Amino acid sequence: MEQLMADLKKQIIEALNLKHLKPENIGDDQPLFGDGLGLDSIDALELIVLLQQSYKVKIDNPQDGPTIFRSVKSIAEYIRANQTA
Amino acid sequence: MFISGTSIIRKQTVIHKGALAFENKSVSLDDFLTGAYNYLSPEYPKFYKMDRLAQLGFLATEFLLSDFPIKQYSPESVSLVLSNAHASMDTDVRYHESSKTSSSPALFVYTLPNIVSGEICIRHRIKGENTFFISPAFDAELLAAYVDQVMVQPSVQACIAGWIDVMDSHHDVFLYLVEKEQRGLALPHTAEELTKLYR
Amino acid sequence: MKGPVHVAGIGVIAAIGKTVEQCMHSFRQHTSGIGDITLFDSVHRGVLPVGEVKVSNEELADMLWLPKHTSRTALLAIQAAREAVAHAGIDLKKWRTGLISATTVGGMDRTEVFFPDFSKDHSKGKLHDVVNHECGRSTELMADDLGIRHFISTINTACSSSVNAIALGTRLINHGMLDIVVAGGTDALSKFTLNGFNSLMILDKEPCRPFDATRKGLNLGEGAGFVVIVSDRVLQQEKKKSLAVVAGYGNTNDAYHQTASSPEGRGSYAAMQKALEMSKLDVNAIDYINLHGTGTLNNDVSEGTAVKRFFGERLPKMSSTKAFTGHTLGASGGIEAVFSVLALTHQCVFPNLRFETAMPEVDIVPQQKFEETTVNHVMSNSFGFGGNCSSIIFSK
Repeated sequence: MEQLMADLKKQIIEALNLKHLKPENIGDDQPLFGDGLGLDSIDALELIVLLQQSYKVKIDNPQDGPTIFRSVKSIAEYIRANQTA
Repeated sequence: MFISGTSIIRKQTVIHKGALAFENKSVSLDDFLTGAYNYLSPEYPKFYKMDRLAQLGFLATEFLLSDFPIKQYSPESVSLVLSNAHASMDTDVRYHESSKTSSSPALFVYTLPNIVSGEICIRHRIKGENTFFISPAFDAELLAAYVDQVMVQPSVQACIAGWIDVMDSHHDVFLYLVEKEQRGLALPHTAEELTKLYR
Repeated sequence: MKGPVHVAGIGVIAAIGKTVEQCMHSFRQHTSGIGDITLFDSVHRGVLPVGEVKVSNEELADMLWLPKHTSRTALLAIQAAREAVAHAGIDLKKWRTGLISATTVGGMDRTEVFFPDFSKDHSKGKLHDVVNHECGRSTELMADDLGIRHFISTINTACSSSVNAIALGTRLINHGMLDIVVAGGTDALSKFTLNGFNSLMILDKEPCRPFDATRKGLNLGEGAGFVVIVSDRVLQQEKKKSLAVVAGYGNTNDAYHQTASSPEGRGSYAAMQKALEMSKLDVNAIDYINLHGTGTLNNDVSEGTAVKRFFGERLPKMSSTKAFTGHTLGASGGIEAVFSVLALTHQCVFPNLRFETAMPEVDIVPQQKFEETTVNHVMSNSFGFGGNCSSIIFSK
């Protein structure tokens, strides 16, 4: 889980062009949207692509985004719960 | 109607009101853009997510408005009239290339030329009229005539206008600020003057 | 220029018809144009419904006597513009005539044909040729076809483009710079836009249901819509009938997000307000609103909220015709301007197909049946990515 979250932080920074941030700047529980990291709806769509490509985890309804992408921890938990094999 | 200020980005050089403001010709266009951003350091991380057209527009406007308190005007009273030749083709090509593996929503968003207008409006809280013309080349007569028509409306106090084009490493940006009040460069807003300034 | 700017001719091609007459028939019959992709290859064929114009490029080119390699965007535009010009029945060459066209995809269908070659060999020269060719190309082809030389311009402010084209035309006539303007927009379906909108997850796998609580997104469509607008002097001298006058228009930027509208519809509210101010009409004078109504969760709540706030308790009849045509992007404002003029000339309002249940967020119940009724003033809304919001009012 620790490793997964560390990987995710790097991947999120890369995929969303958060060049002003380093992985250690993102807390496991820090909110990613709104006042937290300030991500928006397009970022959420990019995260859906990221999960699909890197973890083969599919999210069909973008409305689920806000819950799944609440924090790095919630994303990691979602991946663990939904990854096949 | 008076031209208060100009900013030009061309050959990886920024000219603000006729004077050299920033230059770096020895790096890639993307690195030049990031360099100019770091030079201004406006603390606007969204910059990193923009495509080149939006980054050029963002930077040119930052320089253009650096000595004009545009916020003295109400958001509704400032207009934006932009034009270019390649529309969003620079990003269209990249999006098309990327879509072979997976379609990136963040890239697709920029496959419209007027997204740069939206970015400038969000950054400077501009809510007035927006237009984006696609012309084969910089058209001083079109801009002069059209911006005048926008400016004669009593509700409009200022207008950011000009040319903003990018395709691969080729880039050509010429933005200017028009105001009803005479200040800054205080040049008459005519096609002749625009042609001179654009050169 | 003295007097109002008049609409003297209209022309349209969309999924529900190749001509104004055919579109009117579809409205009366409640016949939607949404269905499967049939004319191009796509992984989304059979999955994502679209509003396709069921005429192939070859057939269109034959119909119009144009070269076979002409882009679909240009073919659709020329079909609609010729209809509008014929309808107006004015010799354009006698007057200072302009052409203002809007498109967001340009010649993307042709460009897609060029791309495979380009990918193999990155000798850039060829790409630049294509690119330079395609950007304002459909407008140039139209201008050649219609014999317009005085003023030619292409606008791209995303999905509000063609309303802005009509507004610009009106302004140029008002300022005495032109006598006649052919204005509107055109966009063809392409893999590029289909894949892109799919990546934004705003395409409905079912036919779209604007303003319905169960809506899941939009269907892309294609087509073109053009109006011939003329000065009062042209109308008098040519002894033509005015179909409608352009009473007002407004354009604003929502300044909220690249693709999403602000939840309360600040930009759309301001656009409607500007248009109404220019028309000098009372808010209660508007009889019908042709809504932007794409069918996305975001647009319909945002637009609905703005409309409700703007009109208060006395809401006019309103509908989104995108359930018939799909969202035709840069063409939508032109196509819907034609529909708005039709509402005035035929004294009718169009149904908002497939609406059943109002959205929980804002209680908007659109028109559900084709209805003949008194219509003196019509408002048409078009909003685009980049925050561009436009509203235009046509009056009898």
